[in-house]
Amino acid sequence: MENWILHIQSSLIGLESERPNAGRFLFIPLLIGTFAGFFALTTWLERKALGRIQNRLGPNRVGPAGILQPAADGLKMIFKEDVVPRSADKIVHFLAPILLVIPAFLAFSVLPYGRQLVPAPLDAGILFFFAIGGTAELAVFMAGWSSRNKYAMLGAMRAVAQMISYEVPLLLSVVPVVMLSQSLSPSVIAAAQSGGFWHWHAATPWGIAAFLLFLTAALAESNRSPFDIPEAESEIIAGHMTEYSGFKYALFFLAEYLGLFAMSGLAVTLFLGSYHAPLPVLDFVPGPFWFFGKFACLIALFIWIRGTLPRLRTDQLMSLAWKFMLPMTLVSLVAAAIWFYAHPIGGVWLGWILCAPCVVVPYWLLSRPSERTKLSRRVYRFAD
Amino acid sequence: MSAAFVFIALITLAGAGGAVFFRQIVHCVLCLAVAFVGVSMLYLQLDAQFLGFAQILIYVGAVTILILFAILLTRNSGPNLSESPFSTGRGIGLLISGAVFACFVWAVRQSSMLPQAAAEPDVSVQKIGERLMTEYVLPLEVIALLLTVAMIGAVTIAMKEAPEANPANKSTDKPSSSS
Repeated sequence: MENWILHIQSSLIGLESERPNAGRFLFIPLLIGTFAGFFALTTWLERKALGRIQNRLGPNRVGPAGILQPAADGLKMIFKEDVVPRSADKIVHFLAPILLVIPAFLAFSVLPYGRQLVPAPLDAGILFFFAIGGTAELAVFMAGWSSRNKYAMLGAMRAVAQMISYEVPLLLSVVPVVMLSQSLSPSVIAAAQSGGFWHWHAATPWGIAAFLLFLTAALAESNRSPFDIPEAESEIIAGHMTEYSGFKYALFFLAEYLGLFAMSGLAVTLFLGSYHAPLPVLDFVPGPFWFFGKFACLIALFIWIRGTLPRLRTDQLMSLAWKFMLPMTLVSLVAAAIWFYAHPIGGVWLGWILCAPCVVVPYWLLSRPSERTKLSRRVYRFAD
Repeated sequence: MSAAFVFIALITLAGAGGAVFFRQIVHCVLCLAVAFVGVSMLYLQLDAQFLGFAQILIYVGAVTILILFAILLTRNSGPNLSESPFSTGRGIGLLISGAVFACFVWAVRQSSMLPQAAAEPDVSVQKIGERLMTEYVLPLEVIALLLTVAMIGAVTIAMKEAPEANPANKSTDKPSSSS
């Protein structure tokens, strides 16, 4: 018995040399604490920023400048009554928020936060990230279906359709990076971008295209404004979360933000040089500082977008995914292939000269309103 | 047989059993997803990372959702199955499937193709990619072609009503009360 405890203790701090990976268990509380803390901070920051954008103050009652608002919200959520509809499918209704939160936390385990700071250095880490993210659709469906509520069901179907549609450009926008790094491992991809911001993947023509497409698809995947039609408050109450209250609702909220964080973390890893400093001179600053700095910038960008853009309509949403983003991801793939061969021959300049037209011309052609897409009166057909 | 294997196998079997025996068809699909996850965990236990993650990505993320959409978009598929999930000839069915299984087990045990000691396969993702692009490029292309054909077929079936839809639209082009 004592041996057993000793074994766990030594494996927790990674003392045993024959099990060098055992110390990674320490990462579990660290990751959960960090990102749950980020969640609390972001809810406050988002409400403050949105308030400023809408010319009001935002939360300012609890603590200085309302900083304790997340704690107050959390306490309120925990003590709220947990209402389950009488006709709901109790077990599925209970499992849905859990199945949504666990994968959201698991996705953080493959991101490199520093040179030696990878919780789970998997060979196929990118694949793991998306495989884990794919289970969120099932959880959302379970939430909507088990609630036995029209609005919940509608919201869930909207969410699932949107997530499936945007998963295609999301995955395809990652492929150029994987292709050029010749690895599915996030730490290898991060290591390939060392030595200043001009080595980052976002500083290449295909990288810019893929980065912007990835950000857009990530916004849609995490159901945030302007892609928030699954839970559009003014149309279908709160989508799949309609019949959830108290702590389960908080879990949905948490999972949504965690999904956004995971996508931001992956965007930083794939395109923004991960833990590398923007200038080689600044390399003495530890990697996690740069990782979380870039991460915070992306979160701020997402808050800004939420405060700026109006909500899309379902048909606009689908045509954006299939008619614009999907061709553009394929174009960035071709541009990345050209870059792969042009870069070793003629350096950065030849790469830019050959790749930039490859991205800009299709973008101009695709985004130009043609005769077929000209605005006409939309005819609604209802089920009759 | 390690404890992890027994645990994973039990989860997989429980999921598969639930997929067969539950009366509510959505429950069946959710149990099927559990069985898929169990199979992917078996792959992961065998150090086949790529296969395991691809199994989750495709079967749990896509196939299950596809089945759910098919169920929900099909009319007259009531919430509960009225008939018993067992067929009338279940005794004979059990006998036949048992015989087939025994035959397979016998054939596999007799086979000389099996390596005597399980060799440690070194399957990195990069190797799978290299093999797919060199040795197995023809099967890959054939599968890609097959999927493209299936997709074009689906689009063709869905497009069929487009010519008649336009005049039909005009007749229903009136402000609806529910808008």
